[in-house]
Amino acid sequence: MKVPLSWLRQYVDVVIPAQELAHRLTMAGIEVGDVVETGGWSGCYVGQVLDVRPHPQADRLRLCRVNAGTQELEVVCGAPNVATGQKICFATVGARLLDTHSGKHETLKAARIRGVESQGMICSELELGLGEDHSGIVVLPADAPVGTPLDDYLGDTVLDLELTPNRLDCLSILGVAHEVAALTQTTVTEPDVDYREEGPPIESLVSISVTDSDLCPRYTASLIQGISIGPSPQWLQDRLTRAGLRPINNVVDVTNFVMLELNQPLHSFDFDKIRDATVVVRRARPGETLVTLDGVPRNLNTEVLVIADANDPVGMGGVIGGANSEIGPETTSVLLESATFEAYNNRDTAQSFQLRTEATLRFEKGLRQELAPIALRRATQLIHQVAGGKVARGIIDVNHQPAPALKVSVTGQRLKKILGMDVDMERVEQVLASLGFHDIRHQGGGPESNGAVAGLEVTVPYWRNDITIEEDLVEEVVRIVGYDAVPTTMLSTPIPYRQVGPMTQLVAKVKDALAAAGMQEVISYPLVSQADLEKVNHPEGDGPPLRVANPMSADHEILRPTLRSSPLAALAANEGHGEGPFRLFELGRVFISRENDLPLERETVVALLAGRRLDYSWLHSSPMNDEALDFYDAKGVLAAVLARLGVEPEYRPAEDPLFQPGKCAQISANGLDLGVVGEVHPDIRQRFGLNAAPVSLLELSLDSLLESLGPAERKFKSISRYPAASRDLALVVPQDVPAGRVREIITRHRMVQQADLFDIYSGENVAPGTKSLAFHVNFQSQERTLTAEEVNRSLEGLLKSLEREVGASLRA
Amino acid sequence: MTGPTPQSIDELVQTALGELEGIDDPESLDQWRVAYLGRRGHLTQVLRGIAQLDVAQRREAGALGNRAKGNLEERLEQRVQQVNQAQLEQAFVRDQLDVTLPGRPSPIGRLHPTTQILREICDAFGAMGFSIVEGPEVEWDHYNFEMLNIPQGHPARDMWNTLWVDYQDPSAGRSMLMRTHTSPMQARVMESSQPPVRVIVPGKCYRYEATDATHEWHFYQVEGLAVDEGITFADLKGTLYEFARRLFGEERRVRFRCDYFPFVEPGVDMSIDCFACNGEGTGCRICRDSGWIEIMGAGMVHPKVLAGVGYDPERYTGFAFGLGPERIAMLKYGIDDIRLFYSNDLRFLRQF
Ligand SMILES: [Zn+2]
Repeated sequence: MKVPLSWLRQYVDVVIPAQELAHRLTMAGIEVGDVVETGGWSGCYVGQVLDVRPHPQADRLRLCRVNAGTQELEVVCGAPNVATGQKICFATVGARLLDTHSGKHETLKAARIRGVESQGMICSELELGLGEDHSGIVVLPADAPVGTPLDDYLGDTVLDLELTPNRLDCLSILGVAHEVAALTQTTVTEPDVDYREEGPPIESLVSISVTDSDLCPRYTASLIQGISIGPSPQWLQDRLTRAGLRPINNVVDVTNFVMLELNQPLHSFDFDKIRDATVVVRRARPGETLVTLDGVPRNLNTEVLVIADANDPVGMGGVIGGANSEIGPETTSVLLESATFEAYNNRDTAQSFQLRTEATLRFEKGLRQELAPIALRRATQLIHQVAGGKVARGIIDVNHQPAPALKVSVTGQRLKKILGMDVDMERVEQVLASLGFHDIRHQGGGPESNGAVAGLEVTVPYWRNDITIEEDLVEEVVRIVGYDAVPTTMLSTPIPYRQVGPMTQLVAKVKDALAAAGMQEVISYPLVSQADLEKVNHPEGDGPPLRVANPMSADHEILRPTLRSSPLAALAANEGHGEGPFRLFELGRVFISRENDLPLERETVVALLAGRRLDYSWLHSSPMNDEALDFYDAKGVLAAVLARLGVEPEYRPAEDPLFQPGKCAQISANGLDLGVVGEVHPDIRQRFGLNAAPVSLLELSLDSLLESLGPAERKFKSISRYPAASRDLALVVPQDVPAGRVREIITRHRMVQQADLFDIYSGENVAPGTKSLAFHVNFQSQERTLTAEEVNRSLEGLLKSLEREVGASLRA
Repeated sequence: MTGPTPQSIDELVQTALGELEGIDDPESLDQWRVAYLGRRGHLTQVLRGIAQLDVAQRREAGALGNRAKGNLEERLEQRVQQVNQAQLEQAFVRDQLDVTLPGRPSPIGRLHPTTQILREICDAFGAMGFSIVEGPEVEWDHYNFEMLNIPQGHPARDMWNTLWVDYQDPSAGRSMLMRTHTSPMQARVMESSQPPVRVIVPGKCYRYEATDATHEWHFYQVEGLAVDEGITFADLKGTLYEFARRLFGEERRVRFRCDYFPFVEPGVDMSIDCFACNGEGTGCRICRDSGWIEIMGAGMVHPKVLAGVGYDPERYTGFAFGLGPERIAMLKYGIDDIRLFYSNDLRFLRQF
């Protein structure tokens, strides 16, 4: 919304500088996004061309004598449109103007042009910074007062408002004027709406009925006959132009003017095109069509409210007019409409026809009924003034659903309860009155309250539609009084007991553990594409994933049912900047659709490792140090994370479409599947265009992880006070026995406190089809120091178990 | 053979000490010890000779001899220490490192800057008694809008461009959407518990919105809610002021201006004075010359929201607020493009 101060001043004195006004409005909730000033033309005045003569030396130039107010001067002018008698913008010597040749602002000097002295300049739009036009000079209205500084005449400041949806009232200059009055303690002068009526009463000339009053609670109209359509007077054109609207003709300009002045959208019909002088406000009939003012034929549906004549629609009520009743140069009678349309229906119609007009912008937010006749009279008055004609007696006012005066109360007690401070009720009354609240009645104030006013009941002014409850009045008070007046206190109520949810805690722990293990967190968009899912072989069998109904692009249309694709894509994107090491993880939700309910949102973590294991370093110069991160690096990270959580995982070989066969393990603990770890299948690496090989990835479900933690708190195991005895054990086992199985047998053996695998070997000196596993085993007791004999006995038992269960023998 | 005289003892001591002075390695020191103080050493020999003296001389020479022995032993000890020290110092010089060489690399893990700033924000409010709750990222229209006093067709819905989820509700005609803010948890928390309530809700949000340097369609929000008897706008000011100081420094000033959110009344937004230009606001890119930076929206919980969850708005009051952690991080770290957050460029992420 553009608010030219020149227009605002018509209703309220602006007693503070524009920047200060913009600041106060912004603080009070009417945000001023920009303050645009035109002017700064020192040395420029309104002038008049007294006569025009040819230049003796140049065909294209003329010599003009100009009355600049205090003096008459002679200038050379090249504009083709200069003519005797014109009021023009005159720059005297010394004025600072845009030089159209250099593109810079320069001081105007007296100059000889082709032998003739020029003592100033008649300006174009471009030179004044008013526009781009340099084809001719600016011609001012005939009534422009000669000698007036141009700043006073043409200069203006426009406030560009960025309004919140509740402050519909400030889509009008008067609405803003009321704010200004309250903020600067001045008063508003509302325009008078009187005009002369003549001839027969309007009811005898036009018949208006409202059939669907639920969509049109009030419909008012006036009739002006014998008008002449033409351009608006300059003042009206200026008002509209400066507010950002294009002048069209005098009648349409008036309706736009009144909309910007009072907020009420109006519509003017060519009365002679209204069949049978009859207007019916009704829902459209099935199959009805209308060519709207923009020339587009529209198929109406039965939820569209139309303004119809005896037969056909002539407009979509509150949205846009019909071409069949449009005002044109030949129009002589105008039926003027000022109505209240139901907001939700208006918004629906505007949205379904994609017709967000200046009218719907206002109607969709719910205009007050009281406004309709006020705006009607104002527009009638102005049309009569600028287009002539005769105004029929009276107005039509169909109001099947009159709204009672809107009254709201506020008490000092409630103000205190919400704001946390006492507010003087006299001040409250003054603030509300300055905003236009009226019929203020005191509540309380009797002897029981020592004469103090306990509360106020006020009537909400017709231009405000956002005030319905007591809290709204509290806001009115505090936004005018200023938020600095409210004290600053800390919450003094007791802190409610609430334990942070276990999942929230687990998420934080897992993130910390991964970061501690050297992993970098990434966060990707949770909406992915079909292609993303296909790339990671996401199985279709899990049921179709949820989709966005109105996606912004195919890249982000599916609510990810898996987290696997995003970190791989992140790896691909980063490979261009280096060769690693890459240690990435993402923890976020995947979405599993459910019948008749919101999807399950499962916290999931995916981590991947790829590229060099070691950073380049002078300490790592041997070729061995160029090795790539692999499956066992991923397992190491997993072990670190799970150890921090107190989870003891088990691994078994598994198949998963993401991973290379034979390089994937299922992770479980306490009988629950936690996830998988493996090396990504070469095909999938290729689909992501990855250079690194291998790419190791692990995936954990935090739901399962949480469940596997169990409800029990971690329990302390006492540390043995007795020394441990260690033995190294070199075993030979069949090739297909997993090391994990052997370790499990060792660690569960009595007295074994810990077993670490420190070597794997197959080849020379080991029988074909077997491998050698070397363990460092610690024996320890909680009760006593173990004797060598006890340790040996335990070891013998262990070897027997190993032989029985996995066919292990001691390596010779 | 005659026994030692005081002169001969003294001469021996002088010779020994003179030699000792010139020795600077442990081996030679040991040789010296053996030569003078060893079982066959010169001094030991001299002391043995005392026994041959007559009684009167023996006494004097014995005392002299013992003193001489003590003296040599003491000087030897001193010399040993000096030599050891000198050797150590030589070793230090020899073993000197180039301390400017880089250390042995160890993998560095980091949390995403959003995670880091979220923790900072949650800690600040946590210190004021707010607990973290989380809610679903996919929501019903009911919680995302209706329970927040934004009914169907309300013009304020334009404030949140919504990504709708393709879902046909068989009976109730419910609409599913990607939550546009974490505010829906206001209603969910209040429905499931009685006052007092004091929670913050961090989480992801989604909008149907074109992206640019300051807009993302996917971002985080931290919503806050405090409801009880006797909570006032003054408490809102105090809480948010304290938050601003914790995140942006003790001397920060705050400013409130009227703003509109359908679920609060009165509604405000809070700005802090610009830390880049100290509120001067001249030629400042951070605050765009205003001297102030908007950091969050807030307000007193709308009575309709309270009534909607069955709280008595006459009895209970409360405040709510919402802020964008990315914006806070951008301000704190001088990040000029929000799109950097979720494009996962390690050159960005590794800076935090
Ligand atoms: Zn600044």
